[in-house]
Amino acid sequence: MKKLFLISLILMMPMFAQASGGPSIKLDTMEADASDKSSLQRGMQTYVNYCLGCHTAQYQRYIRAAEDLHIPEDLVMEHLIFSDQKIGDQMTSAMDPKLAAQWFGATPPDLTNEINLRGTDWVYTYLRSFYADESRPYGVNNVVYPAVGMPNVLADLQGIQTKTCGEVTQLDDHGAAVIDSLTGEAITEQSCELLSVAEGSGTMTPAQFDAAMYDLTNFMAYMSKPYKSDSQRIGLWAILFCLMMTVLFYFLKKEFWRDVH
Amino acid sequence: MAVGNPNRAKAERGIVRWIDDRFPLTQMWQDHMSKYYASKNLNFWYVFGVLSLLVLVNQILTGIWLTMSYEPSAEGAFASVEYIMRDVEMGWIIRYMHSSGASAFFIVVYLHMFRGLMYGSYQKPRELIWLFGMAIYLTLMAEGFFGYLLPWGQMSYWGAQVILSLAGAIPVVGEDLVQWIRGDYLISGITLNRFFSLHVIALPIVIMALVLLHILALHDVGSNNPDGIEIDKDKDENGVPVDGVAFWPYHVVKDLVAIGIFLTVFCLVIFFFPEGGGYFIEKPNYEPANSLKTPEHIAPVWYFTPYYSMLRAITFSLFGLDAKFLGVVTMGGAIAILFVVPWLDRSPVKSMRYKGWMSRTALAVFVVSFIVLGYLGTIATTEGRTQAAQLFTLLYFLYFILMPFYTRIEATKPVPSRVVES
Repeated sequence: MKKLFLISLILMMPMFAQASGGPSIKLDTMEADASDKSSLQRGMQTYVNYCLGCHTAQYQRYIRAAEDLHIPEDLVMEHLIFSDQKIGDQMTSAMDPKLAAQWFGATPPDLTNEINLRGTDWVYTYLRSFYADESRPYGVNNVVYPAVGMPNVLADLQGIQTKTCGEVTQLDDHGAAVIDSLTGEAITEQSCELLSVAEGSGTMTPAQFDAAMYDLTNFMAYMSKPYKSDSQRIGLWAILFCLMMTVLFYFLKKEFWRDVH
Repeated sequence: MAVGNPNRAKAERGIVRWIDDRFPLTQMWQDHMSKYYASKNLNFWYVFGVLSLLVLVNQILTGIWLTMSYEPSAEGAFASVEYIMRDVEMGWIIRYMHSSGASAFFIVVYLHMFRGLMYGSYQKPRELIWLFGMAIYLTLMAEGFFGYLLPWGQMSYWGAQVILSLAGAIPVVGEDLVQWIRGDYLISGITLNRFFSLHVIALPIVIMALVLLHILALHDVGSNNPDGIEIDKDKDENGVPVDGVAFWPYHVVKDLVAIGIFLTVFCLVIFFFPEGGGYFIEKPNYEPANSLKTPEHIAPVWYFTPYYSMLRAITFSLFGLDAKFLGVVTMGGAIAILFVVPWLDRSPVKSMRYKGWMSRTALAVFVVSFIVLGYLGTIATTEGRTQAAQLFTLLYFLYFILMPFYTRIEATKPVPSRVVES
């Protein structure tokens, strides 16, 4: 029977190989770090100041974030809650969803589950991919989400980003650099899809802005699964317990079955 | 009966005797545990029955607790699941145990069914066990389908939309039938409420009743074994099968090892990979159901995808019947044909160990077809993939249709009189 399974597996190989393949736009990688509390705190600050006006996080409670992110409750009340909301309330917005739909073409979505829906790479890249485009109502477009209705609310931090032309490394279908087999160097090509920020147009340097967007994405990743660190902590003990029981059961079985045969 | 003071004698016999005088407790314990003999060479493949039972208990217990906080309404369902995940103490563990449990249920049931096919566990005198088992499988699929709508996410909604519309492919009565099932002109809170009722009351009762019948039938004729030998034919002077060992404690302690391993893997999933790579909980389900916005790519949960592939593979009309209806018939046929396996297998031997190369090849082709169809059902179609699905659908059916022939004409190996120790 074992041989049969092996043959079956080999027969199926081409099916799995076919499955690989990525999105059309190359996303930057963003690994969330739930243990970096200061990053999460900064991320929450950015969220509350720049996102929450339009995007609710209606399943996330302030008090839960305060506990999980180690922010004293009085500081949350003072610096992170601007309305008459209470610490136990959910992070909602005062904006009328019907009016918002008129202003932006669609009601800005709730973002509590955004990372679950799109992943950290997408959000991190999206936040940094706005560029000036006069053809759009708010004067900006986004490489990751073309014709997006959202204005670049982070522009005062980032500055004015525009599309420019330049040399880029040519990539193959799998996102790897194409290497010239003669010279051994990566092949470059002309591209007018490059994004560059006008120097001094924002309050942050590109590196600072990237770090701020990392923190924001990190906070959104926390919000999407606030139980994640609990899960990893409890999970380890649960697995350890099950393994110990399995070993115990194994010896129990061995002992009982000694008198069979 | 005791002599002397009858009251005192009765007290000495203890509570068990008291019950035994009124209810066959000891008798049942012996029939199903301490004097139920199963072959001593049962291998790895024989643990999935008890694991199915374990998962059933898990689903029922976690289901009871989920129902305490879940709200079956179109307005509140999605938010109540988020409430369970975020605000209910340990709610996320309970929910993940239930959602991963659903997938685990199908994994162990599929392996359990494969064991049956491999060792001929459906053959005489176990046809009824197989039929009860298939009825469980069918009910389980309905249970999974109804349950999947309850989180009221985008994939819940549109997955249900696709599957329900299948009934609409039935000529003449189709559309009325769909409307009757939905209880509305589109999937709505009314549909959600009836699915909730069926999911938490009706089908669990049916499943538990069928499981009881499945086990009663099994314990009446006895368990099969990897050799397909009836161990009851060879008994010692006490009437105990020489190749059998009592279920309690021998098979119980053996099953405990399997349960330990299963729970370890299960914990790994619920604590570290609860979404099962998007197969156990699909990404679009993090967005509330929206009847005006169709997701780009709708795929049912993985345990339905082999049949979903077959549905999509039928792209042509035949005898004046349209492709969708034929697809539905194919899907239904793929499940229905499993019921008659006991009468398709004409082999003189039960186990794959003694069947010939044709049976072995056929089973391998069947397994590959099922898995490939399952995979194809999770991804978008292309022309090549549709052709592949057509080929593997054909192979799936050929396994069953040709079974009466290849099992009869192939040369089988002689079956030993005693079970073979592995």
